[in-house]
Amino acid sequence: MLAYIFRRLLYALPILFGVNLFTFLLFFGLNSPDDIARMQLGAKYTTPEAIERWKVERGYDKPMFWNPARAGAEKLSDTLFVDKSLRMFTFDFGRANDGHDIAREIRSRMGPSLAVALPTFALSLIAAIVLALLLVFFRATALDFWGVALCVAMMSISSMFYIIGGQWLVSKTWALVPVSGYAGGIDMARFLSLPVLIGAVAGLGSGTRWYRTIFLEEISRDYVRTARAKGLSELAVLFRHVLRNALIPILTGVVVVIPSLFLGSLLMESFFAIPGLGSYTIDAIRSQDFAVVRSMVFIGSALYIIGLILTDISYTLADPRVRLG
Amino acid sequence: MTVQPVLLLTDLLVFILILGALALAVRARRHAPSLEAWRRVGKKPAAMAAAILLLIFAAIGFLDSLHYREPLPPAPGDAAAAQIRHSAEVLSVLDGLLTPLRRQTEKTYSAPFARELFQRETVERPGGGQARIYPRLVYGARHLQTGDSLLADVARRLAWTPFAALAASGLLLLTLSALAARRHDSSLAAAMRRILAGRTTLAWRAVLAVAFLIALLIAAGIALAPHYHLLGTDKVGQDILYLSLKSVRTGLVIGTLTTLIMLPFAIALGIAAGYLGGWVDDAVQYLYTVLNAIPSVLLIAASVLMMQVAIDTHPQWFDTAAQRADARLLALCAILGITSWTGLCRLLRGETLKLRELDYVQAARAFGASTAAILRRHILPNVMHIVLITVVLDFSGLVLAEAVLSYVGIGVDPGTISFGSMINMARAELAREPVVWWSLASAFAFMLLLVLSANLLADAVRDAFDPGGGR
Repeated sequence: MLAYIFRRLLYALPILFGVNLFTFLLFFGLNSPDDIARMQLGAKYTTPEAIERWKVERGYDKPMFWNPARAGAEKLSDTLFVDKSLRMFTFDFGRANDGHDIAREIRSRMGPSLAVALPTFALSLIAAIVLALLLVFFRATALDFWGVALCVAMMSISSMFYIIGGQWLVSKTWALVPVSGYAGGIDMARFLSLPVLIGAVAGLGSGTRWYRTIFLEEISRDYVRTARAKGLSELAVLFRHVLRNALIPILTGVVVVIPSLFLGSLLMESFFAIPGLGSYTIDAIRSQDFAVVRSMVFIGSALYIIGLILTDISYTLADPRVRLG
Repeated sequence: MTVQPVLLLTDLLVFILILGALALAVRARRHAPSLEAWRRVGKKPAAMAAAILLLIFAAIGFLDSLHYREPLPPAPGDAAAAQIRHSAEVLSVLDGLLTPLRRQTEKTYSAPFARELFQRETVERPGGGQARIYPRLVYGARHLQTGDSLLADVARRLAWTPFAALAASGLLLLTLSALAARRHDSSLAAAMRRILAGRTTLAWRAVLAVAFLIALLIAAGIALAPHYHLLGTDKVGQDILYLSLKSVRTGLVIGTLTTLIMLPFAIALGIAAGYLGGWVDDAVQYLYTVLNAIPSVLLIAASVLMMQVAIDTHPQWFDTAAQRADARLLALCAILGITSWTGLCRLLRGETLKLRELDYVQAARAFGASTAAILRRHILPNVMHIVLITVVLDFSGLVLAEAVLSYVGIGVDPGTISFGSMINMARAELAREPVVWWSLASAFAFMLLLVLSANLLADAVRDAFDPGGGR
């Protein structure tokens, strides 16, 4: 097992390197550092000296891949690619436009993001699976038909309407919880209950329908007929047999997103003013802070790759037939 | 005095898309299996109703894709000028049809059917002193005198609309029955009875019902829209109905052109990787694993930011603001395409891996057919159902994504009217007391109709074309 994980991590390195190179080319190949400096300084009142000073201050005054002015290995290492991109492998992300250390900012914002994303994830997963089992229990009846129709209708509504509608109804009309904001400790529940609830409801339509198809596929298998023939009740068949065997397709879609929960949700955190990584990203996008966006891309990819590895490991736990070789 | 047609980049692609769809339709008519599959789609009333609704949306989008520039009246004292100058403003045929809606802007918010502005204003009394009153709208309901009843006026204007809608759907019924009667060699009355009783193979009755409702709505719009702000006005006094109709094209363009742009790459790379194997397969797999590893929102954000810098630092690329907005829209489609082609590519690779081991492909290879010929004649036609299903399934997600991206600030150009920009502007209005609900409600209704009908059609298409019948 350990050897397997180690090998998978080794395989992940070239992918992460590819992501790194791709992001670097995207950020530095399309627009030269001069263009970016001109935009950051304001297009109208910039002089070549100001641009040069901006580049030197932030360390953008190097060649991209090859520095002929240096000697030996420094020809390769004293470049923008190594300095701005490869360095992220050591979790050193440099500074944001406002001078703050990005790595420290990310560490302090992971908590709030996770505080919203984790309960949302768990709640929507459980609700969707239970509802899907319910629909499968009543399959081929009017309840199933209208349930699926409701799911399709819910899928067709933009998540922004759930947020706006929920804020308006629960916070403004009923005045049950604050509209937005964040606090630690016991107050956290007051601030986070609405975003968690809305997040779960917004994903309910697609989730329920997805699990319903998985369960329906499973329910036509032979072992289900055998279980029924043994005289098991339909509920026991569904919860003990079908759910257990449907775990593999469920895990495929679910485990991979767990590490990415750290990133939080851009929409939720922006609407509810939660100081997590999602709102950090949005702020960076709006103020065109490229260093932050670059770092978030790198972290997001790393978390996704970890999610893929976790998915494979989870298969062995769910299904004893799967061996990691 | 002639108008000058303008062909924006997205217009061109929209026309190519329409021609492509027509070509596919002609091909499907001659191809028995796909004709059969489409017939299975047409049997579902929900799918047929959705298709009609989408057709109306597509018509709106098409009218909004025919752009032109209006000639300017010749400058005074410049009578001899042989050359006609054209306005810098690029309009579409839809703009032309909706001229009253486009021109009749108020000062700020007003509710649907309102006679007065939504906000009080301080005005000078004629006899001296000031008063806080709700000023009358400049255009909305201006024909009404102070004592007139709104309901009576609306009822009077709507009086003819049910008859018009009945006539329109009756005409459709007559056409359909005439076609059916000729085909089945039966009498016109019998064909009509079969359609009305719902005993036809395709769900024509649902089409008629939806067509009637749509005709009713359109007739009501024609009767009322020039005289009232049917859905109210927004912060700068623009008619919400106009904004909603203009948003349709943006949504459609994002939903369709994105797939159109990514399809060649996804198909070529997916099939090549699956069929050729070896280093090609390794390279393609590496490419899509890398792209897949980047969370799509972040990848889109990064790409859009970089595109913005490129557009902002090169203002000389574009002649008019419309061209710049259009280039941004197209670039957004391309960026969304980059992030979404990986899924289709992986599916196609997997399917091709299966197909290349089948007997008929082996036989073709044994007969010495070239690789290109095998890919074109034997592999490509047999993976097309996957492409079709992906295209229709992706559409609704892309329309929804546009709204979110525009909200985050990485969507369409701020000057482009879209559902996202409507929601974005309307969001702050909910905090008001009393609440300004109409622009959000309109964006909600239009988006729901568009996405829901796309979802319904997509489900039917998937069920009909997916031989596995799986998810």
